[in-house]
Amino acid sequence: MAIGHVLLGILERGPAHGYDLKRSHDQHFPSARPLAFGQVYAALAKLTADGLVEVAETQQGGGPERTTYAITAAGVDSLESWLGTTESAGPYPADELVRKTVTSLLRGADTVAFLQDQRATHLAVMRDLLAQQASAQNAAAAIAIDHTISHLDADLRWLETAAERVAADRTATA
Amino acid sequence: MNVDRTEDALVLQARDLHASYGRTVALRGASLSVSAGEVVAVTGPSGSGKSTLLLCAAGVLRPESGRVTYAGRDLGDLDEADRSLLRRRDFGLVLQFGQLVPELSAVQNVALPLLLERHDKAASVTTARDWLERLDAADLADARPGEMSGGEAQRVAIARALVTGPRIVFADEPTGALDTVNGERVLRMLLEVCRQTAAGLVLVTHDNRVAAVADREVALRDGRDEQRVGA
Repeated sequence: MAIGHVLLGILERGPAHGYDLKRSHDQHFPSARPLAFGQVYAALAKLTADGLVEVAETQQGGGPERTTYAITAAGVDSLESWLGTTESAGPYPADELVRKTVTSLLRGADTVAFLQDQRATHLAVMRDLLAQQASAQNAAAAIAIDHTISHLDADLRWLETAAERVAADRTATA
Repeated sequence: MNVDRTEDALVLQARDLHASYGRTVALRGASLSVSAGEVVAVTGPSGSGKSTLLLCAAGVLRPESGRVTYAGRDLGDLDEADRSLLRRRDFGLVLQFGQLVPELSAVQNVALPLLLERHDKAASVTTARDWLERLDAADLADARPGEMSGGEAQRVAIARALVTGPRIVFADEPTGALDTVNGERVLRMLLEVCRQTAAGLVLVTHDNRVAAVADREVALRDGRDEQRVGA
């Protein structure tokens, strides 16, 4: 539900149309594939059905109908719950990590605390893998574990750099 | 690993340390503690004060303010001779590049701390050989540092740090100059010997693999610590 939560993060700053949501999303995640309008409206329909978003206003002008969406209290709870949960240190968690970190920053949340919690999650997995590697029976087993350890190491370095940048940014704007 | 972290069990405690080199401030209130058998990783960006914190805790540098207590004694109250004695008998130091004496063989390097303590020469050499064997370095006994690889020299350096039976081992980037495979081997051996001897281990590191094996992590930023829950 990553896109849904990113949209909730944008809607928390104020009600918006589907078009605004797409533009805002694409602006915040320039390296991600731009959202298709169909994806945005499908996500909004699901969020509405789940009670996380509601229709704030529908304008019937000369052109097509324009609907403004707003986040609900349940939506804020859901967003907080998503942001408060660390990602599993699986094989490819980076995209979700980036989304979560950027959304957290935009929201003015304690991003450094999240990054530290995530580091602890990654280190715990790395510790288990190092123990497995110490008892690896052969090179094939060891290098398969190396592959995962290297990805974790890359994530950990990214987490450190992100924390540094957030801290530097905070100092500069203080 | 469950470690008793009550006041009584704390072997070493460094509190609110401040230190600087000329105008460059290295520590601005950093703290560090280690219990018997505990592995503590000190992490942080370059220039965050990691090595200075380690050297202050190990009694090599005197902080400008703050206290370092070891086994209930304040290091600030000791004169240089007593501090030196403490460092030789109770602390083991492992640095990034081994810092072995180039003119001496591996076994002579490892025996050196015992000989400085006026132990019997033959017994010192026997003990040194035992330690080299424990670190899988028995074949290197007669080699000089210049004839060893980085990983070999580091294993000899660990033997030298452990030979006096220290209660705390301080290691500054022990895998920093090694490739991944040799780094992991050195790390495994360092952990194993500290576990066997119940020595506390303080590891200054940039290496996430090293931080991952610690019981606890002390993260430094701008000379201050932010305690993190260990892996």
